[in-house]
Amino acid sequence: MTDELIRAVTSADTSSQMVTAVKNLAAAKEPAAVPTLIAVFGYNNPAAAAVAMAALTELGTIAVPQLLAQIDDYNYGARAYSMRTLAAIADPLALDVLIIAATTDFAPSVRRAAAKGLGNLHWHQLGFLDRKIAQDRALTALLLISQDSDWSIRYAAIVGLQSLAKNTNLQLPIQDRFKEMLAIDPEKVIRARVQVAQMQIA
Amino acid sequence: MIEPSVEECSTENGLQLTPDLAIANLQSSDLSLRYYAAWWLGRFRVSRPEAINVLIAALEDEADRTELGGYPLRRNAARALGKLGNPQAIPGLIKCLECSDFYVREAAAQSLEMLDGKVAVSALIKLLAGGVAQAVQIPGRPHLTQPYEAVIEALGSLGATEAISLIQPFLEHPTPRVQCAAARAMYQLTQDPSYGEILVKMLAQEDLKLRRVALGDLGAIGYMAAAEAIAQSKVENSFKLIALKGLLEHQLATFDMGDDAIRVMNLMDSLL
Repeated sequence: MTDELIRAVTSADTSSQMVTAVKNLAAAKEPAAVPTLIAVFGYNNPAAAAVAMAALTELGTIAVPQLLAQIDDYNYGARAYSMRTLAAIADPLALDVLIIAATTDFAPSVRRAAAKGLGNLHWHQLGFLDRKIAQDRALTALLLISQDSDWSIRYAAIVGLQSLAKNTNLQLPIQDRFKEMLAIDPEKVIRARVQVAQMQIA
Repeated sequence: MIEPSVEECSTENGLQLTPDLAIANLQSSDLSLRYYAAWWLGRFRVSRPEAINVLIAALEDEADRTELGGYPLRRNAARALGKLGNPQAIPGLIKCLECSDFYVREAAAQSLEMLDGKVAVSALIKLLAGGVAQAVQIPGRPHLTQPYEAVIEALGSLGATEAISLIQPFLEHPTPRVQCAAARAMYQLTQDPSYGEILVKMLAQEDLKLRRVALGDLGAIGYMAAAEAIAQSKVENSFKLIALKGLLEHQLATFDMGDDAIRVMNLMDSLL
């Protein structure tokens, strides 16, 4: 059954056939569909990719190991979808991949998606000690990219930091960095987003 | 913030240049060094008076010519001067509007817009002479008789209300990009939302490049009613973020922080 649905995806000839096939495969909610759904990210079909992303997000943690293993090094569009999906599932297993993507990927869309995801992982899934180490690493990465020369990366860093500040133990350094950005960031839009973040935290 | 492009790659080579070297290169006898130096000074925002002076001089260069009679160095110098923000360049750029090279005229119109060169309005209006009837493709070239998009956009940004009756007919020009430019300028000059809606409709066009142009225009005019349509358009998120940033900047400039500003930021957050 799933095999047939998978074949329908891999053999779709038109963009709309692809969307339909991915919808059908997504509806099966089968873990066996995961590699095919991830491959859809690389087909340059945004509508199909959106369906695949929603399906993988719903499958959740079970999809995470394959998402981490099947990151497309040659297609930044596909990588951005992978990061958005990992961000939405929010499994802390994705921490390393998100940190590397947020700080080193050449494509801004990938970095932004990863930065947003870094703030919002399900930290409670980790033990006390691991949680502290993981959160510190996420914080360090987000503070670093909050100084990026690209405004959109700084914007994503603020969104990540705002989420991360839900952990009260991390609020102090985040609030300090926000104060600094409010005083020195040259982009009005960035300063406005900092203000919104500050109101959310307070 | 658009995905890295040729320009991004070139910047790595460009790091070997320094402002002093680029200024010297712009006066070198090696034409390719001069061409690159002109671009570099703009790209790295070298706004020192010597840089401005050599770039203004380059607007009258006669040495660097293409087979078709174009002036590559003048094009790059005109583009750089727009980025450097010094109004001293305005008279030279106005002269460039009469250059025989289409791309020099186009770069000059764009840079005059960036420099807020209101004194250029009458010279820009002259390029619209003959109206839509004259605005036809030049045989064998990939462009129209004049850089209509750049001229119309400049007139809109410069607040040239005296040009309204000249710009309006271009809403019916057969080239969709020219229609976009006219809608954008008409909105800026009249604040009539029907012109903003013309651009919103363009977001549904088949041609991805045209959808990107319309997004850019909506961002540039800060048309708030388009916020959701921008977020939902079938264009890469990077372009949508830039357009929404444009909306937000307009909103913050007029109303400071309010519900509309927060609405735009929520949309931007969703596109990360």
